[in-house]
Amino acid sequence: MTAIANVWELARRNVRQSGILVAFVLIVALFAVLNENFLSPGNLTNIILQYSYILILAIGMVIVIIAGHIDLSVGSVVALAGSVSAVLVIKNGQPWWVGVIAALAVGFVVGVWQGFWVAYVGIPAFIVTLAGMLLFRGLAARVLENISLSPFNTPYTDIAGGFLNGLFGGNGYDVFTLVVFAIGVVGFAFSQWRARQGKIRYQQAVEAIWLFALKLVLIAAVVMWFAWQLAHSRGLPIILIILAVLILAYSVITQRSIFGRHVYAIGGNLHAAELSGVKVKKINMWIFINIGTLAGLAGVVYSSRMNGAQPSAGNMFELDAIAACFIGGASTTGGVGRVTGAMIGALIMAVMSNGMQLMGLDQSVQQIVKGLVLLLAVAFDIFNKRRAGIAR
Amino acid sequence: MNPPILEMRGITKTFPGVKALQDVSLSVARGEIHAICGENGAGKSTLMKVLSGVYPHGSYDGDIVFEDAPVAFSTINDSEAKGIVIIHQELALSPYLSVAENIFLGNEQRARSGLIDWNHTNAEAAKLLARVGLAENPTTPISQLGVGKQQLVEIAKALSKQVKLLILDEPTAALNDTDSEHLLDLLRQLRDQGITSIIISHKLGEIEDIADSTTIIRDGKTIETITMAEHDNVQDRIIRGMVGRDLEHRYPERESHPGEEILRLENWTVHHPTQTGRKVVDGANLYVRAGEVVGIAGLMGAGRTELAMSMFGRSYGKDISGTVYVHGKKVDTSTVPKAIEAGIAYATEDRKVYGLNLIEDIRRNISSAALGKLSKNGWVNGNEELAVAERYRKDLGVRAPSVLALVGKLSGGNQQKVVLAKWLYTDPEVLILDEPTRGIDVGAKFEIYQLINAMVAAGKAVVVISSELPEILGTCDRVYTLAYGRITGDVPVAQASQERLMELMTQEKSDQKENVQ
Repeated sequence: MTAIANVWELARRNVRQSGILVAFVLIVALFAVLNENFLSPGNLTNIILQYSYILILAIGMVIVIIAGHIDLSVGSVVALAGSVSAVLVIKNGQPWWVGVIAALAVGFVVGVWQGFWVAYVGIPAFIVTLAGMLLFRGLAARVLENISLSPFNTPYTDIAGGFLNGLFGGNGYDVFTLVVFAIGVVGFAFSQWRARQGKIRYQQAVEAIWLFALKLVLIAAVVMWFAWQLAHSRGLPIILIILAVLILAYSVITQRSIFGRHVYAIGGNLHAAELSGVKVKKINMWIFINIGTLAGLAGVVYSSRMNGAQPSAGNMFELDAIAACFIGGASTTGGVGRVTGAMIGALIMAVMSNGMQLMGLDQSVQQIVKGLVLLLAVAFDIFNKRRAGIAR
Repeated sequence: MNPPILEMRGITKTFPGVKALQDVSLSVARGEIHAICGENGAGKSTLMKVLSGVYPHGSYDGDIVFEDAPVAFSTINDSEAKGIVIIHQELALSPYLSVAENIFLGNEQRARSGLIDWNHTNAEAAKLLARVGLAENPTTPISQLGVGKQQLVEIAKALSKQVKLLILDEPTAALNDTDSEHLLDLLRQLRDQGITSIIISHKLGEIEDIADSTTIIRDGKTIETITMAEHDNVQDRIIRGMVGRDLEHRYPERESHPGEEILRLENWTVHHPTQTGRKVVDGANLYVRAGEVVGIAGLMGAGRTELAMSMFGRSYGKDISGTVYVHGKKVDTSTVPKAIEAGIAYATEDRKVYGLNLIEDIRRNISSAALGKLSKNGWVNGNEELAVAERYRKDLGVRAPSVLALVGKLSGGNQQKVVLAKWLYTDPEVLILDEPTRGIDVGAKFEIYQLINAMVAAGKAVVVISSELPEILGTCDRVYTLAYGRITGDVPVAQASQERLMELMTQEKSDQKENVQ
């Protein structure tokens, strides 16, 4: 009885997640019908390349939002990290990895700075990062001396624009890409199997074996179809590997690590977390160091993709990242949200932008639609919560 | 008896999966004070929400007849227009607005120009304040009034709406005895002026005192309506009705076998966090032995909670001095993790604000103070966590569909059990319970007391902080009394009585009077 209740409760709680997933599938289907090129190999590759940095930012942002904070400075940090990297690599002729490490270091330092003010001085993150937004934007302009720098050398531009292709040969399609994806799928299936075995060992309810297999087969089919499309095009984007590693790592960190649990505890009830022995200041500090460093990485990716650095780089990225989190089911009051949700949220934004561009819609129309989607997504969420009767 | 002003017939209200109310009937006579009793989760609040239009007409089955006419409310405004006003347990006043502004909030007194007529507003407010016996300036900000006075402002606000039926949800839960007495007097006066009241309360003495009749609700059904004057011993009858069984003893029996000392506090002094020089706890010495329940009794502001919280990770106060010993060894409790490590657990008096993450499930609330026990290298074993939560849910009898249910949806008693489970899982040597049964019903209280007994039977020490003296006397082996931050007595329960404790709790040094407001 409890076992069935547990499954039922889990399913109900995941309605929000699956609701957004269904919306994503519907949007993809809509654009696929409206434009035959939408699902073409070239375009799918494009979507990933175009929005990779928003995805990276959204990973850090969702953790900030779960803890009940906000970070308005990431766009400026993207600019600052890219600038520092560009000055080192383009102006001073340093190797590409020096630029990458420097950009990440810049992000780390920014995180320490903002984390200090939020965690130890107790200034609301909204204020600290609003100040940071101005501060780092200004610093980026100073570093670049108000001019754009370009171009980067090849290894650097490969970070966001490079492909792993032809390593195993292939006839018009890339075997390497397929092999990597196949390994990924098998690994996923294996980990799911192990999780299932673990649950059985603890005598928890698991779904029927046929349902479990069907789920795996469906996921494998979609993933391998996607791999097939990429293999047809330019091969495996390097940035996709980076993204996959980040998403995987942060999903596990948020769901299974003590750090992740403490983030949810702080966002859910700060006082209760404190009185349960959560080291709130320390956790808050690391949350901001984390997003700072991720913003540094996004700065690398963006400057790599743009093949240069400008003082105005990354303008408004924070809003895209924040929107992605809320579309993906994060709560404005903290305590709720998931990395996977934020990723789907970001992909919804990405797919919509791309789809509307393909249809040749004006930039202004795109903005209107994106604004409405954000509003409706959160409205849907609130509606769901009311129906569930969660007072808060 | 007067003819009824309100009749609710056959009210059935269903939530997904739960029948909250099942064919409930309620008849309230004009001009009476009608009490509603029931355990938490019995359906009292749901019934009042149906009556006041929070749950709109159509979302429930049954009829409501008010002043001989069937009514169908869609919003609270509809019911207020008919003269039904509900005052919730959590007061709905805006702290930075004045008394007058609060009274007329949403009902502003406009001059012909359409702007607010402040002279009229304040004058009317003053009249209403006089009616409720509150001698305050109408322009005083609400935040400067105590809870008792705020309650009176709420009633004044209800009067301004031409209230005919006043509903009060646990009006005295947060009030001290004087304020409660005043409030109950006011209700009697209002009754004499022809205003009917419905009062929801857990305090049976109070109900016996004030109500003309009492309706008992259990598990979403009406059990019976008692006319108070017709019965002796109504309290027992009400309890019987509420829990559906005889509760011979409100406190479970326990034999006391204190062992060796577990916790000792020496010369513990805590200063107020903002008022420099004010000692909230002043040189307190106490000890607790294994297998012993020790009570800390004190009036509001005596420093009970402050004593416990300052010891538990310095969660309250500043300039804290003194020594804590656990099993005779001096321990560092300067942060919450260190205090937990030292074997101290503290369950707060306000579980919703300080104790629980309401938007998280039972499982993760239970594990939240001892995640380290469930993890290796910083990674939590989710399966083990589920198993642990399931074990505690069964052991403590938390009533919920599963351990994945959100804690915010549980009743007060079940929430309190989750808090206890959370602290029991840290495996403490001494468990400090601050108001462990506040706001929970009789049946759940009994279960909490049983859990306390189980703790001490297992050789742990328990400290119970409570403002209910019968509870202290019923559960503890020994009682410390606290007055103005000082420990004024250490009384074995066999020699204690409410009068004796009260005497110690009000004992004060004359030179300390100025320090305490």
